[in-house]
Amino acid sequence: MTEDDSGTLPAGEVSRIELRGVYYAYRTGTGHLPVLDGLTFACGTGSFTAVVGPSGCGKSTLTRLIAGLMLPDRGEVLLHGEPVRSPRATVGMAFQNPVLLEWRTILANVLLPLEIVPNRLTREERRNRARELLALVGLGAFEDRRPSELSGGMRQRASLCRALVTRPEVLILDEPFGALDAFTREDLWQTMHALRREERFTCLLITHDLRESVFLADRVVVLSDRPATAQVTMEVPLGDKRALDDLYGTEASELQAELRQQIRIAQQARQTEPAA
Amino acid sequence: MKRQVLVPVAALVLFALAWEFLVWVNGWPDYKMASPSDLGPAFWKFRGLFLEHSWETLWRTVAGLLLSVAAGLVLGMVMGLSRVMREALYPLLVGFNAIPKATVVPVIALIFVGAHDMNTILIAFLISFFPIAVSISIGLSTLEPEYRDILRSLGASRFTIFWKIALPKTLPEFFGALKVAVTLAFIGTNLMEIVEPHGRGLGYLFDSGKISADYPLMFAVLIALALLGIFLFYCVVVLEKIFAGWAERSET
Ligand SMILES: Nc1ncnc2c1ncn2[C@@H]1O[C@H](COP(=O)(O)OP(=O)(O)O)[C@@H](O)[C@H]1O
Ligand SMILES: [Mg+2]
Repeated sequence: MTEDDSGTLPAGEVSRIELRGVYYAYRTGTGHLPVLDGLTFACGTGSFTAVVGPSGCGKSTLTRLIAGLMLPDRGEVLLHGEPVRSPRATVGMAFQNPVLLEWRTILANVLLPLEIVPNRLTREERRNRARELLALVGLGAFEDRRPSELSGGMRQRASLCRALVTRPEVLILDEPFGALDAFTREDLWQTMHALRREERFTCLLITHDLRESVFLADRVVVLSDRPATAQVTMEVPLGDKRALDDLYGTEASELQAELRQQIRIAQQARQTEPAA
Repeated sequence: MKRQVLVPVAALVLFALAWEFLVWVNGWPDYKMASPSDLGPAFWKFRGLFLEHSWETLWRTVAGLLLSVAAGLVLGMVMGLSRVMREALYPLLVGFNAIPKATVVPVIALIFVGAHDMNTILIAFLISFFPIAVSISIGLSTLEPEYRDILRSLGASRFTIFWKIALPKTLPEFFGALKVAVTLAFIGTNLMEIVEPHGRGLGYLFDSGKISADYPLMFAVLIALALLGIFLFYCVVVLEKIFAGWAERSET
């Protein structure tokens, strides 16, 4: 197990996602609410980073900054070395709420981003691309169904397909499996591994499930309580081929225990704070 | 399918029979209460007038309704997309909507004396735009932020987001409101037609039946109004099925 607080990469490599001293505060009716303060970390191309932290610490805020939906007050968010100033089509997103459009079929839902992002694909090529993804996540037979006809897990699979249909360089997942039951969630983890084998993307996964972070990611970043910084970063000592049973091996168990400990430290910081 | 037709028809026949029976038992003459068997002759006698005035009522109601949809859409969009505008406009609209339109009718009739078409359309519009504006504004302001984020993160413009997501998502609520609005607009048209002297439309026909104490004619007008109202309502239902049919399935 290695710990690495600096978030730097081997010299010469440009990281796909990089945050440098990011500060962000929400302007509320009663003043400023600092949410991120001096957040610094980087993700290499093709890496899979999980971000965990106490609830309300600013994880979703982080995803919105990387997606360019909001700009940091101070510091920089860089995608492939370039500062993010506005949303860009090279980022795909999926949330806990799959937000599929009920008036569209599953296939048409997956095709939506291709109607917005400029591309030179023909109608048939777009459809083939969407079908390829749907087949990969096991929804090949459901392309003509409406979202309401699908189970929660299947909707989330469709939402992943929609996020990936434009072949984004960066995939941001904000607690995508949080609302699913335990068995469905484990199925979706396997799907994520399958997607990662077939598609090329750098993934940032927000989660509150430590087992999930260990099973899916190469690295786990623990955020401190609000205003959040990267409290600690841990490498996951499992190889590329992972089975659920690996989660119960010595190394993985120790890592989960350590993560749990770190979350506890982050939470205690909140309880000792004077009430605002 | 068979039952869906038979049951309403049977109910209708029973209703007509009970009505006929009531008039017959009490021995009411024509000038007190018309019976269903008087209606056929009344329709036949005034068939030309019925066609002409039904058309007047129909097109004015639809014109008023189209104005309502246009104004309701604009107001709803303004209120749904801007919180400041919602806070500013909402009390005004509620206040205006609270005024019983029967009091507005003579005012309008006096302001634009003789402009029958405009007056009637105006009342049909004034009485019916409120539910449309409210439904659109609620539909737009309750759009989950994730929808916007997904499209915005792809670089979609505000117009694209409105066109691809916000508008279609609001359609079920819009049609729900339109069903209320179509009935209201119809009431508005008739109010104006009855009140205005030398007017046109079924309301006018009703008024002339009253003046000449032709009770069968008055009742025939009521039936014609009911038929026209049903026709308009189901036109909206058909449009709803076409444009927002997807919402039905998701509720089951
Ligand atoms: N639009 C907003 N305006 C004001 N405060 C917000 C807004 N969005 C989130 N917050 C606050 O910022 C903090 C971090 O939010 P968020 O990033 O959603 O946390 P997390 O995803 O880690 O649970 C929370 O305390 C939340 O209440
Ligand atoms: Mg969140």
